[in-house]
Amino acid sequence: MLDFVQQLVSGIALGCVYGLIALGFVLVYKATEVVNFAQGDLMMLGGFFAFTFIGMLGLNYWLGFAGAVICMALFGMLAERVVVRPILGYPQFSIIMATIGLGYFLRSIVGMIWGTDDFKIETPFSHGVLRIGSLVLAYDKLSVIAATVILCTLLYLFFNRTTLGTAMRASSENMLAAYYMGIPVKRVVSIVWAISAAVATAAGVLLAPITFIHSNVGLVLGLKAFPAAVLGGFGSIPGAVVGGVLIGVIESMAGFYLPQGWKDVAPYLVLLVVLLLKPEGLFGVHTRKKV
Amino acid sequence: MSYFRAEDLSLHFGGLKAVDSVSFAVEKGEILSIIGPNGAGKSSIFNLISRIYPPTSGKIFFEDQDITQQPPYEIAGLGIARTFQNIELFENATMLSNLLVGRHRHSTTQLWQELLFLPSVRAHEKAHRRRVEQVIEFLDLEAYRDKLISGLPYGVRKVIELARALCSEPKLILLDEPSSGLNVEETGDMSFWIRDLKTDLGVTVLMVEHDMSLVNRVSDRVIALNYGKVIAMGSPSEVQRHPDVVAAYLGA
Amino acid sequence: MRFLFKTDYEDDIRLFPHSGYVVSYGVLLAILAIAPFVLSSYLVSQLVFVCIYATVGVGLMILTGFTGQASLGHAAFLAIGAYTAAYLQQFNVPFPVYFLAAGLLTGVVGALVGFPALRLQGIYLVIATISFAFIVEEVLARWESVTHGNEGMRVKTIQLLGTTVSRDSPGFYFLCLGFLILTILGTLNLLRSPTGRAFVAIRDSETAARSMGVNVSLYKVKSFAISAAITGFAGVLFAHKLSFISPEMFTLQLSIEFIIVILIGGTFSLHGAVLGAIFLVMIDPFLTYLKDDMPGIIAGIAATFGAGKDTAMRIKDSAAAIASANGLKGAIYGLIIVLFVLFEPLGLYGRWLKIKLFFQLFPLYKRATFKRQKIYVKSERNR
Repeated sequence: MLDFVQQLVSGIALGCVYGLIALGFVLVYKATEVVNFAQGDLMMLGGFFAFTFIGMLGLNYWLGFAGAVICMALFGMLAERVVVRPILGYPQFSIIMATIGLGYFLRSIVGMIWGTDDFKIETPFSHGVLRIGSLVLAYDKLSVIAATVILCTLLYLFFNRTTLGTAMRASSENMLAAYYMGIPVKRVVSIVWAISAAVATAAGVLLAPITFIHSNVGLVLGLKAFPAAVLGGFGSIPGAVVGGVLIGVIESMAGFYLPQGWKDVAPYLVLLVVLLLKPEGLFGVHTRKKV
Repeated sequence: MSYFRAEDLSLHFGGLKAVDSVSFAVEKGEILSIIGPNGAGKSSIFNLISRIYPPTSGKIFFEDQDITQQPPYEIAGLGIARTFQNIELFENATMLSNLLVGRHRHSTTQLWQELLFLPSVRAHEKAHRRRVEQVIEFLDLEAYRDKLISGLPYGVRKVIELARALCSEPKLILLDEPSSGLNVEETGDMSFWIRDLKTDLGVTVLMVEHDMSLVNRVSDRVIALNYGKVIAMGSPSEVQRHPDVVAAYLGA
Repeated sequence: MRFLFKTDYEDDIRLFPHSGYVVSYGVLLAILAIAPFVLSSYLVSQLVFVCIYATVGVGLMILTGFTGQASLGHAAFLAIGAYTAAYLQQFNVPFPVYFLAAGLLTGVVGALVGFPALRLQGIYLVIATISFAFIVEEVLARWESVTHGNEGMRVKTIQLLGTTVSRDSPGFYFLCLGFLILTILGTLNLLRSPTGRAFVAIRDSETAARSMGVNVSLYKVKSFAISAAITGFAGVLFAHKLSFISPEMFTLQLSIEFIIVILIGGTFSLHGAVLGAIFLVMIDPFLTYLKDDMPGIIAGIAATFGAGKDTAMRIKDSAAAIASANGLKGAIYGLIIVLFVLFEPLGLYGRWLKIKLFFQLFPLYKRATFKRQKIYVKSERNR
């Protein structure tokens, strides 16, 4: 039983990281109907920025964290301006390919600058545990869970309560109509990319105590976060986090209770089954074209 | 027994009754128009007939066969073709291949024969092409054979959609707002073609239309719908004078 | 400029619209026929890979380009073909038999994948095919009794008609080339038949296709099956060419490469698949060439522009350092993809058509002919 709870908590923590990356996917998708395959790599780059600030320049953790988030928000805007904006509105497939290309590019550039070794960031949560009876919970995991809950709530409120959030949803529904209604679509899209890169960075930094940072971490985790976003129903913010947590828990349970090898495929098997039963994901809305 | 019959047809989206126990019949060889204000459920009836939506209740009969449970692609196979309100052509294909898709229900060749393009496939292709040419001539579309749909103007696309439906040699054709977006001249052409459908080709026409002058010119009978219910049925002039129809349009 | 006068329906049906095509393709075929006897063995080997990639590209084109169903799982189909061949080979099954068996089995698997894919669209289909590929990869690594797991499997040389066709021989090259040509011809035949038109109809509007009597589900499954079968056949050739296969060869990376093949070549034409394959396979030797020779060339240029001997040497060294940096290839790869999507949405074949048109219309060609129109996003969620 104790094992089970331990596994559950570490699964949830891992899942929260997936969920945070998935949030980035969902944000960009919600505002522009673009699927950003480089999302994981943005996270990786954010992690490296934080490593540079904290590990190499020796800045305070929180200062370095903030610095990395700001840098990455700017980088997100840059990436949007250069790669996405010229082809905004083109078939999804083209944009997916462009972001895959961006991912390749980022991975190699990071490898060339920082090298291909594993890095670790020291954080205030890296050590220490919370003991409840005989249950031992590490702070690093708890910090990830707490941060996810806070970020998710903020973003949900942002999207559903603020004018900017409404503008984002409007421009994804019909961009031309949004222009006509006076929404500065380009700026909106740019802001969305900034936010999603910032969220990705938060994920990358929070992740640091749990796993090492290396140039392929974004690809590996992105490939888990992507199913998470789909599982939750692409375009749903709570869905992304729930999907992430589900994938994380399934993965950690499968790793503990099932024979070797199941850990990696179990999330995908579950995803396929869910898609078979509910093609639009758990929280997705099923719509059909009007003729 | 009527040629085509809808019995107690209903379509509910949650609490909204888009179509509310509508019954009507179409006689062989007539042109029946469905009119009504926006949101009256006209297009929904078409979508029920072509099985895009399953009806909440009710039955549809065509040539005394219950087609309510037929899969959508079988409907075309039975000889019911349709056009769409907002044009659903195959954008990135030439007009010719669009029209040849219309011939799909008549194709009998097998996959392996097509891979080898056996003489039988070639012969079939030529036969299809001959039929398509007849339709092209009928609707004056000669100029556009090898043009991509995405580059053609709206009015032409509207005609091509009619052509594609005709290529399937339908017995019953459903026209969803054939004149929407057309100018006066194009609408005039359309009305001649619709009459020709009946007189020359012997096709039965069921049509949804807003343009009352077109409805008056071509229809044998008219059904008026409002809020998913039939409010009047009869000759064009009768229906237009019907107090409920006047009320529905003028909001009185 | 040539004007074609069509006098028969046959003019629209035939594969070569006019004699010019026969001549140019004949010349191309002749060049390809003498290639293995003229080129270095390394280049012939690359040509074999071009053929294999192009075959997969054609298969993927049927599914993605013509039917509009995205797939990031084609590496798995290639793996199934390759492993079927390797497995059957152990029991001394003759080449033609296991070649066919591999293709058919992969086709059946493709159809089985197609069924669940029926209800999925766009991004959901992409992730479903990725999941499928992961599962296949894992099965290959774990099902040791059949696949030897991560140790991989040796693939023996082809025994055909009593002779041995080694993987570096011209015979193997002709086998791959011949299969590619057959695949292209079959696909072209399909495209001028009802099935091909049904595929295109599904790509452009499922609703309209259905209302025209196309059984959308059936044709989607057919498209999956055909595409998978072609890839499975290519998998057999791939296995023979490499002579050794293991699960880590068939990763997502490979699936992405296949997508790149059709993307860079041009998504809506079979020329694109071939051009894309040439590009993808030849970029490797090209980059190696750059890496080896560019520093010297740059230094040479610097020297001619008056840089001293020391400076030239320094420039050469730093250029060499950049060229041999780890992961440069990935960066260039990524850059190429992005640049293609941004500036050549029609791919290499599109560029070829533009060049051709330029000469045909000379001097009347307008740059604006291919100017892209602004497109605005409209929600795809309602599709």
